[in-house]
Parts: sequence; C-alpha cells; structure tokens
Amino acid sequence: MRYGGFSTLLYKEVLRFWKVGSQTVGAPVLTALLYLLIFSHVMEGHVKVHGVIYTAFLIPGLVMMSVLQNAFANSSSSLIQSKVTGNIVFVLLPPISYLEFFAAYVLASVVRGLVVGAGVLFATFWFAPLTFAEPGWILVFALMGGAILGSLGVIAGIWADKFDQLAAFQNFLIMPLTFLSGVFYSINSLPPFWQQVSHWNPVFYMIDGFRHGFFGVSDASPWLSLAVVGTCLAVLTVLTLNLLKSGYKLRA
Amino acid sequence: MSAAIRIQQVSKCFGNVQALDGIDLEVQRGEFFGLLGPNGAGKTTLISALAGLVRADAGSLSVMGHDVQSDYRAARRHLGVVPQELVFDPFFTVRESLRIQSGYFDMGDNDAWIDEILENLGLASKANANMRMLSGGMKRRVLVAQALVHRPPVIVLDEPTAGVDVELRQTLWHFIRRLNEAGHTIVLTTHYLEEAENLCTRIAMLQAGRVVALDTTANLLRRFSVHSLRLRTNGVMPVELTREGTKNGGWWSLPFDGFDEVEPLLARIRAAGCRIDDLEIGKPDLEEVFVRVMQGQPRGQLN
Repeated sequence: MRYGGFSTLLYKEVLRFWKVGSQTVGAPVLTALLYLLIFSHVMEGHVKVHGVIYTAFLIPGLVMMSVLQNAFANSSSSLIQSKVTGNIVFVLLPPISYLEFFAAYVLASVVRGLVVGAGVLFATFWFAPLTFAEPGWILVFALMGGAILGSLGVIAGIWADKFDQLAAFQNFLIMPLTFLSGVFYSINSLPPFWQQVSHWNPVFYMIDGFRHGFFGVSDASPWLSLAVVGTCLAVLTVLTLNLLKSGYKLRA
Repeated sequence: MSAAIRIQQVSKCFGNVQALDGIDLEVQRGEFFGLLGPNGAGKTTLISALAGLVRADAGSLSVMGHDVQSDYRAARRHLGVVPQELVFDPFFTVRESLRIQSGYFDMGDNDAWIDEILENLGLASKANANMRMLSGGMKRRVLVAQALVHRPPVIVLDEPTAGVDVELRQTLWHFIRRLNEAGHTIVLTTHYLEEAENLCTRIAMLQAGRVVALDTTANLLRRFSVHSLRLRTNGVMPVELTREGTKNGGWWSLPFDGFDEVEPLLARIRAAGCRIDDLEIGKPDLEEVFVRVMQGQPRGQLN
C-alpha cells in the first residue's frame, strides 16, 4: 500500500479515473479519432501545412487537445463530485497539506492527460506518416500543458458549487481556448486580426510547441512557446496554491 | 499532561449567524463525553472547527495538546471524526476506502487493523463490496471504520446513530465502549438522550453557540431532574399536592427528593379519600434535564 498523504491521494485520483476507463480514456480517444476521420476526409489533398500533409499536421493537435481537455476534466470533475456528494471530507480530515493536495490533484490530471494523449496517438498515427523530430519538446509541452489545465481544473472544481457551473467553465472557457488554438489549422492561415487574437491564447503556444516536437517546424519559436507556457504554469500554480491555502470553499 | 481536547474562547460567525459564541470546553483523556443541544446549537460547527473543516474566527482549539491550525498534522493524526452526513466515495470498495484512508494518515501496512475493525463493526462480509451497493446502515459502519483506521486516541462521533437500526446501534456502542475502555477519548453528539445518559460520563449542552450546562451526567441528573411519584387516582387530589405536582393524561406526577418522602405522600393522598388505581416511580432522566436546561428552568418546574 502507498504511504503518505500525497502519494495516496495521487494513487486514489489515478485509480478513480482508471476504474471508469471506458468513460475517461476510451471515450476521448474515440472522439479524437472521429475528428481525425472527418477532418482528414474533408481536407486531405487540399491543404499542406508547414510542408506536412494535413492529416499528419492534425494528429499532434488532436493529441495535445485531448491531453489538455482530459487533464482539466480529471481534477475538476473529481473535486466537484467530492464536494457535491460530501466525500471531500475524507481528504480534508487527514493531515494532508495544501501543497500535497495541489500536487496530487495536478499530477493525477497530468497522468490522465498523458494516458488519453498516448491513446489518441496510438489510435491515429496509423493514418499518416508522423515524425518525432524533437521529442523533448513533445514531452515538455505535454507535461506543462497537462499541469496548467490540471491546475485550472482544481480552481474550477473548487469554485463551482454545482455541476452546471463547472460545465459553464468548461464550455465557455476551456473549449473555445482549445478549439481556437490551432489544433485544426495553422494560425498563419488566419486573417491578421485573428492571428493577433490567437497569439493571446496560451493554449496556442502549448499546441504549437507540442507540434514542433513532431515536425521541427511551428508557427512560433518553441522557446517563445516555452516562455509563455512556463509563465502561465507559474502564475496558475501560485494562484491555485493561494486559493488552497486560504481554504476557499473547502474550509469555511 | 495535556487534555484530550481543549477549546478556548472559540467563536465563529457565518454571515449574521453567530454559530459559536465564546466556547470554553475541556475534555480529559479517557473520558466518554457528550455534546448535546438542539439542531443549530453549534455542535457540528464545533466539531468541524476541531477537525479543521471550519476555521474559528477567534479562540484556539487543540487535540492532545496540538493546535488544530498551527500544528494541524499532529492534531489530525490524533483525531478521528465520524461525520454526520452519510457520505461515501462511490468509486471504491469498502477495503479500498479503508486502505486509502490509512494511506492519508501515513499508515503503511494496516490490513491487520482494518480486518479487526471490519470484524468488530460487522463489515467483514462486505469488505470487497462497492460502497454504492451497501445499505445506509452499512455505509454508516464504513464511516465509523474510516474514522478509526489511523487508531486515533480521540474519536468524535457526530450523531452516529441517526436513522440506524437497533442492531447497528448495539454493535457500534459495544465497539466504542471497548475503545473507551482501552483508553480512547470519545466525544459523542446525539439526539438520543437515553444513549448519552447511558454512555457519557460528562456532558456539555450547547444552545445558540454557547455552553449552557457542563457537568458529570450524574450531577446534571441530580441538579436538574428529580424522582417523581406517578399515579392515577379515583378521587380528587388534595389541593396542596396539586400545587406541587402536574397532571398529564389522567396521571399525576409528584416530585420528591428522597425515597423516605414516598410513604408520607401516599398517606396524604389516602387521607384525602383517594384510592390509588395505578402507581409507578419516575426516575430522573436526561431528557428532562435537557428540556429544563434549554428552557432555562430550574428543577421541578417542568410543564
């Protein structure tokens, strides 16, 4: 058996999503596969991005989008369920510090994101020739992106009192940010105004940096993406830790 | 040696509601302590403050000498809380839930103790059942088990028998009594005053966030409750006795302090020409004490 608050909470959070794997891993993999089949059917042969055929360009975007959305879903849904059903007390009564609480929930989110991302990659990479030009970037952006969305999930899960509030957070913030981030297209193909708007979307840098790891080319420099993503992670970490330390909506 | 629980001048407001208003309370090690009060008196808020679920606005709380805020890790390690709400994690089996809870408290290989708890709470046959499949009573047992996995020296049970059947009550109290005999400090809140009277050696009564009575159970019964002669007669009760007693549903209730007063009372009734059709002795009980304390009445004026 695991020892310590952090490792046990991490184990519990991973076991929680793994027990309903068809819903938490299988379903998002299938969704990503459907996106690939539909978009590649429509676009293949018409578009090349950065000299790469469209289906190959799309796959890393779908993988990263799945990583991000599932990392968010893991911490946010776990927390809101625990709050609504009241079993959050099982985590609040033991001697678990807010740092351990944060680390366990975010890391479990990263694990879920990576498992789903690996699943999507495995299900889709048969459809197009993929390269792994600079794999270090793939790992760095997957880990940091997962941690950012996992952290956002902690904030949303703590803030929301009801499931519909969480759904609003997901539908009006997370979904637009991930869909309008260059998953399905290169932002260089957008009109100048929307290119500028996209540069204010931190998820764009996560996807772009992640994709750079595959093809060695991207819309923005991977170092710029790293700086933006790293800053976002640092800011969100500080924000989430302060929220947890204050006991906001957890310890009255 | 520090007290099992020390609560000093603790106050807590929720908006305009003063949930706790300068509570001072000390529970000694090894005590079986009752925390009683009507709904909204502040019992659960006080327990939550002790457990770190609620942060007091003022005052301090400690468990076995460890402050619940500044030394929260040690305080929580020494405290086991059975929450009032019937909560459970639907993803796990009973054993998984208990192993996870053990892990939170740094308890490594805890299976031997988990098995003992399961056995003592009549849960052994449900160890591998998912929490969702259990009845309400069984879920309540698991809540008790979860509070005990880390062998806390101080155990707080917040209305553990609300809505549970007789069998569970007996199993639970048998086990909790054994834990108390083994040295664990027990704090119990309940609306079943007979339970509190039978189990608790000392009792605090809360009303509107304040301690309105605090004494040993025996002293509370002595101070606030009396023996009474309950009888039905076929005649008219002597006027002076009607002033001392009360009548309810054809039964007269006449309070007395010592048993040597019984015979003179009966003699006065007989002398008035009354025939006694039915007679019983009413013992002091905690319910009467509770009602008197809550109504701010001295003994002997219960209506």
